[in-house]
Amino acid sequence: MSERDAILAELRAARPEGEAPARDFAVIEEKRWDPAERTARLMRGMSAVKTEFLEAGPSDWPRAVVDFVRRERLDSLLYGPATAEGRALAAAWPGEGPRLAPYDRPVETFKRELFDGIAAGFTTTLGGIAETGGLLLAPGPAEPRLLSLVPPVHLALLRADRIFDTLLQAFRELGWNRGLPANALVISGPSKTADIEQTLAYGVHGPKRLIVVLVR
Amino acid sequence: MAPREGGCPVREVYFYATCLVDLFFPDAGMAGIELLQSGGVRVVFPRGQTCCGQPAFNCGYWEEARAVALRQMALFPRDLPVVLPSGSCAGMMKVHWPELFHGQPEEARARALAGRVFELTQFLVDELDLKLEDLGEPVRVTLHPSCHAQRDQGVLDQPKALLRQLANVELAPLARERECCGFGGAFAVREPGLSEAMAGDKAEDARATGAALVLSTDGGCLMNIGGTLEKQGFGPAAQHIAQFLWERTHAR
Amino acid sequence: MPAEMEIDFLASSTRALGDPQLRRNFRRAMDGLLAKRAAVFPDPAEWTRLRALGGAIRAKNLLKLPELLEQLERSLTKNGITVHWARTTAQANRKVLELLRARGVTALVKGKSMVSEEMGLNHFLQEHGIESLESDLGEYIIQLDGEMPSHIIMPAIHKNKDQIARTFSQKIKDAKYTEEVDELTAMARAVLRRKFFEAGAGLSGVNFAVAETGTLCLVENEGNGRMSTHVPPLHIALMGLEKVVESLEEVAPLYSLLTRSATGQAISTYFNLISGPRAGGEQDGPREVHLVILDNGRARIFQDPELRATLACIRCGACMNHCPVYTRIGGHAYEAVYPGPIGSILTPQVEGVGLRHELPHASSLCGACAEVCPVQIPITHLLIRLRREASHRTAGTTVLEAGEARSRLEDLAWSVWGWVLSHPAAYRLSAWCATRFWRLLPEGAPVLAAWTRSRAKPRAAGQSLQERARAKGVPHV
Repeated sequence: MSERDAILAELRAARPEGEAPARDFAVIEEKRWDPAERTARLMRGMSAVKTEFLEAGPSDWPRAVVDFVRRERLDSLLYGPATAEGRALAAAWPGEGPRLAPYDRPVETFKRELFDGIAAGFTTTLGGIAETGGLLLAPGPAEPRLLSLVPPVHLALLRADRIFDTLLQAFRELGWNRGLPANALVISGPSKTADIEQTLAYGVHGPKRLIVVLVR
Repeated sequence: MAPREGGCPVREVYFYATCLVDLFFPDAGMAGIELLQSGGVRVVFPRGQTCCGQPAFNCGYWEEARAVALRQMALFPRDLPVVLPSGSCAGMMKVHWPELFHGQPEEARARALAGRVFELTQFLVDELDLKLEDLGEPVRVTLHPSCHAQRDQGVLDQPKALLRQLANVELAPLARERECCGFGGAFAVREPGLSEAMAGDKAEDARATGAALVLSTDGGCLMNIGGTLEKQGFGPAAQHIAQFLWERTHAR
Repeated sequence: MPAEMEIDFLASSTRALGDPQLRRNFRRAMDGLLAKRAAVFPDPAEWTRLRALGGAIRAKNLLKLPELLEQLERSLTKNGITVHWARTTAQANRKVLELLRARGVTALVKGKSMVSEEMGLNHFLQEHGIESLESDLGEYIIQLDGEMPSHIIMPAIHKNKDQIARTFSQKIKDAKYTEEVDELTAMARAVLRRKFFEAGAGLSGVNFAVAETGTLCLVENEGNGRMSTHVPPLHIALMGLEKVVESLEEVAPLYSLLTRSATGQAISTYFNLISGPRAGGEQDGPREVHLVILDNGRARIFQDPELRATLACIRCGACMNHCPVYTRIGGHAYEAVYPGPIGSILTPQVEGVGLRHELPHASSLCGACAEVCPVQIPITHLLIRLRREASHRTAGTTVLEAGEARSRLEDLAWSVWGWVLSHPAAYRLSAWCATRFWRLLPEGAPVLAAWTRSRAKPRAAGQSLQERARAKGVPHV
């Protein structure tokens, strides 16, 4: 008998009985806020864990990103060129100064550069979570996984009208409860640890800084 | 102590001593009975009471615990409240007797009885709404609420509510009020090092409040904390809350 | 953990109690965690409802465990994740080794996995010439020192800054001595970044596995989990078979309960949902993802309808944070992979209740653990149940080594106790003797000696309450 069969046989032999107790999701579903409150909560929740915010309008956010990169003296910004936002960013990018680098080929072809030569990465998001703060991302062909992980600074575009009340609501409305892409994630701030005497330190293995470009 | 309103029948309760109070804190037990009487209650004392069975239950000796518990259950035939001067014994009867008799013929009786089991301060506050008048001199006290009282019986506020009625009593809270004192019954002798460490910290906390007395609803906790303080030679004295309440509200 | 090691909880706990530095470190750490948790559950009514939901979800998933595991396997396979099953930790280790050898991996990075501790995986791989480097900062620190974790969430919680500074300056190449937390963190970041880059494989645990969608959910704050699971070409995930959840919706409340109960965070930095290897068109991600599902005694625990609740655990650590015993002795004293209250119910069931009978007794049954368990495991009740299993063998029991810690002396003691207390006349006689002759009992007498070590001998009153009550005219019925 294979290990699999042996394990399943032993589990089945137990014949668990009884009704499952009722699962009342109301305690989460009750959490609803109006759009202004959702944005405020998200900002509060994420600022508390050292997320930075840049606010911009729907047409001037690329300019805000360019200004930020210049101001912070970041010499390069990695991005996904195949998205509409990527194209908008490229269109607004100045000819000289920091380099806008496309992540449009397999990581194996430029791994060293990705790890050592890129100052920041830019991604879009699918939305945010009001209750706790948090951004929802679905990396994929257009915006690879490591784009929001390896560069020490991560700029993430969030549209204020795409903020969900709770993670549960996000799961439902994004349809993730029916099926997910190979990778999906929630990010709430720059990477951190409290493993040394419970003292908070930021910038462990993931990005040291997370900047949310909030578009109202 | 206001008399019962005219027209209501006098309430009657069974009083269950618990073995620790019976042997080591009879004054506290008597104080409990007298507090109930002062609230207009007729207290009856079932003959033949011994122990709720908790020590054996906790150690996994359930047959022995059942034998003893069955004898106790038979002592409360009338549908009267059963009042105990101990949170842990009250918890045993209320929460654990139904578990102990789960699947046994006596389960229904155990469940029915559970609905009328009360720890003393719980009964005094929730059922009698007892009013107290302080006759004593100003004093600072602290309270150890006892784990079983808090977690099995949900009793935390009732002892405090009674103390708050006493005008000259200042209640200074323990720093780690909800933490166990380390008694745990057999635990105290099976794991003496652990028990000692917990009792030592609790004694330290009691001292730090500057209280003259540390009070508890539970005899086991009292023996543990009081015994530790006494051995260490300095710090508050320990007293059962029933005895304290009675002495404060009645001239000697 | 090597089986030959003699386990003596009394000795190890006594040692721990005698270490003031350890006690200070743990007290400070636990106080901090208690405060943080309390701050994120400010509303008792909401806490009650949320944990009722958590408990119900876990209970329901356990009722369907075999079906859910099969569904999980189907969904994962459909998503391109290969599923392996292991009855024992030895089998799990072998499977991991085979996967690594087949791809010529000589060095891997690990995200945090308590299951890998059960397996003793690092040691096993090292013996077979494969470097397995911990990337979670806490795990990395204790790996440098050759220690086991002392807490399931914060493995290096027993260490303070100067201990860590010393370790780093001694064990990391070219590292200078510093106690600055930011500098220590930066050192670890630099070392591990290189390893993420080079490693041939990444290993992770699994916080929740979703049967419907075929998804592995990983909760973390540092980013090492994502690094380990996305950078190397091979990702191997390790999971206890109880971690399966039916739907993604059910994960949402469990995730919220986990982060709040574990570290007092409303949300972790990253919540990583993996449903496949590098998909067509993706530029990064592992080429292969494998999941090893481990039994190691869980299927046996599952047999008992009451003890089955042990498997509801979502590994938050709140029980140990609130435990007055754990706080005073730390995790190592338990000499087990899982310490604290959850360890005291899990370890005896996995390793044998005869071998580990001391653990269920190392508790005053205060109930602080059960009170904070986000999935409503009745821990105090299970401790009592395991005490019973240790000393009594019931026909048809499924508990490992049931009855093997039986003591004839204890049997006799409780028999006598039971007889005396079932016979009121005998009790009254004993009570009379106790109240009259107690003071004659020497402090050093057996059982009493353990008490009088640190406490005054209790004083028996001159009269029992029954006598006093009768004398005062209380009606006896």
